[in-house]
Amino acid sequence: MSRSDRAAERLALAAEAARNRALRPARRDDLGLRRALSDRLLPFLVAAMTFLAALTCAGFVASSGMAARWRAGAAAGIVVQIPDPGAPAADGRHTRRAAVLARLATLPWVASATPMSEGALADMLRPWLGDSAANLVVPLPAVVVLRLTATNPLPPDAAATLDTVAPGTLIEDPGLWVTRLTRLATSVQALSFLVLLIVALVAVSVISVATRAGLAARRDAIAIVHLLGATDGFVAGRFARRIGRLCLLGGLAGAVASVPVLAALLGLSAPFEAKGGPAIPLELGALAALPAVTWVIGWGTAQVAVRRWLARLV
Amino acid sequence: MVVRLDQVGLRYGPSGEDEVLRGISLAVPQGGFRWLQGPSGAGKSSLLRLLYLEARPSRGRLSVLNTDIPIAETRLGRGMLARLRRRIGVVFQDFRLLPHLTAFENVALPLRIAGRPEGQVRADVQEILAWVGLGRRRDAHPQELSGGEQQRIAIARAVVHRPALLLADEPTGNLDDAQAERLMQLLREMNRLGTTVIVATHNAALVRRHPGPGLFLDGGRLVGDEADGYHEPE
Ligand SMILES: Nc1ncnc2c1ncn2[C@@H]1O[C@H](COP(=O)(O)OP(=O)(O)OP(=O)(O)O)[C@@H](O)[C@H]1O
Ligand SMILES: [Mg+2]
Repeated sequence: MSRSDRAAERLALAAEAARNRALRPARRDDLGLRRALSDRLLPFLVAAMTFLAALTCAGFVASSGMAARWRAGAAAGIVVQIPDPGAPAADGRHTRRAAVLARLATLPWVASATPMSEGALADMLRPWLGDSAANLVVPLPAVVVLRLTATNPLPPDAAATLDTVAPGTLIEDPGLWVTRLTRLATSVQALSFLVLLIVALVAVSVISVATRAGLAARRDAIAIVHLLGATDGFVAGRFARRIGRLCLLGGLAGAVASVPVLAALLGLSAPFEAKGGPAIPLELGALAALPAVTWVIGWGTAQVAVRRWLARLV
Repeated sequence: MVVRLDQVGLRYGPSGEDEVLRGISLAVPQGGFRWLQGPSGAGKSSLLRLLYLEARPSRGRLSVLNTDIPIAETRLGRGMLARLRRRIGVVFQDFRLLPHLTAFENVALPLRIAGRPEGQVRADVQEILAWVGLGRRRDAHPQELSGGEQQRIAIARAVVHRPALLLADEPTGNLDDAQAERLMQLLREMNRLGTTVIVATHNAALVRRHPGPGLFLDGGRLVGDEADGYHEPE
């Protein structure tokens, strides 16, 4: 066969396929599922569950974000606050700030001691004090961020050591509260995961019940197409298509309904986020995946439920 | 042999009840034709039910379209059963049309189940509907059709996909004489083209007008088989 012959044949096949596609009605409903599986209750239930799932996911993301920030804060170092930094130190020769820095430089457990600039300090306080942080009436303490040498934990007498150099100096080890907060965040995450799992299980049960109701309503029709030689896949496919569609509708409705709620929550938390803003678009974008998930759950559950039911037919 | 039964028994429900078919042995070759006759309750529909694989024998050996069908308890490949059923056309005694589908869609069902392209489905269904004289009623639902019209839809559905084996259970029960003649013409034509045809009927006049080898059932037993040495009456 020549090349042009083959091309012509391919063209003819493509034309035939296009004709067939054009003649095919958009959606065939051989089993009458549009009436047997109504488009009211199931989408509503799925929408409600999607809404819950969206809020739970948001809780999960938010708590892991917070935990990550707390851990980063702890890793950023230990904070030394020197009130009244310009006043003379205990030895009377240096300012309190210089004396503390000099003392820190001699300590074996300090890897580095970095004074924080006034600007950085103002940035840190901005969420709580707003822009007035820069021109406060109250004098700000000097803040020095320490990094420890890896081998040494903060010695218990560290506070006392610095206090003798410049009385009133505070050294704060965030390790303890970060550990506690991280534990809290982890529990919140585990709980969110559990809630998601329960929501998914309830969804699967609800969809199974709906599918079985549809099977019962179309028992005779199914028995007939079965006798006409329909495979399990044919019947299960029709159910899965219908149920998947209803679940997709519900998923979309639930996701859309959750957007204003989540946006409001994000707005409330915005001032506490790090500079540069939270990844709002990313987290809201993840909502778009929820309807896809509901579709998969609906489609898969229907497939399994129908095939199990059909296995009883001879 | 398209159909072969060897000492086949059938009982409905839990074992212990009486057998509806007892020790039936018969064979119908490719392209054969049989009248299935016997009084009401003799087991004609039950025998057909075995052949279109709605029921499985409780004993004996059954083979349909050259495939052994094991007895009730044995599990069988579901895909294989579905493939066999697609090669069998059945006119059910009670029609079994889908009430929520139009006449056209009911007839289209076997083609759609077989995954035929929609263009072919339209052409074939339209043609067979015209043949049974219901081209104009294609969009009617079964409950809007008379008994005879429903029966003709059932007949159209049974033959539209040109099955290798055609089983008709009392297919003229609701037809007038002219329509019954037309149906027999169709069955004869399909038979001539190689389809194996088995027709269960009470209609003695029809059998007289269209003589053919008979299988006679009574009380669940095969009491007559004219397959061997059958001669067309002069
Ligand atoms: N589903 C069933 N369950 C139990 N018994 C049945 C069932 N179907 C049929 N029977 C019994 O099996 C016997 C044979 O019935 P069948 O329908 O095969 O008879 P038939 O020869 O087709 O009768 P008819 O000419 O009236 O249609 C009858 O005694 C009937 O009561
Ligand atoms: Mg009968």
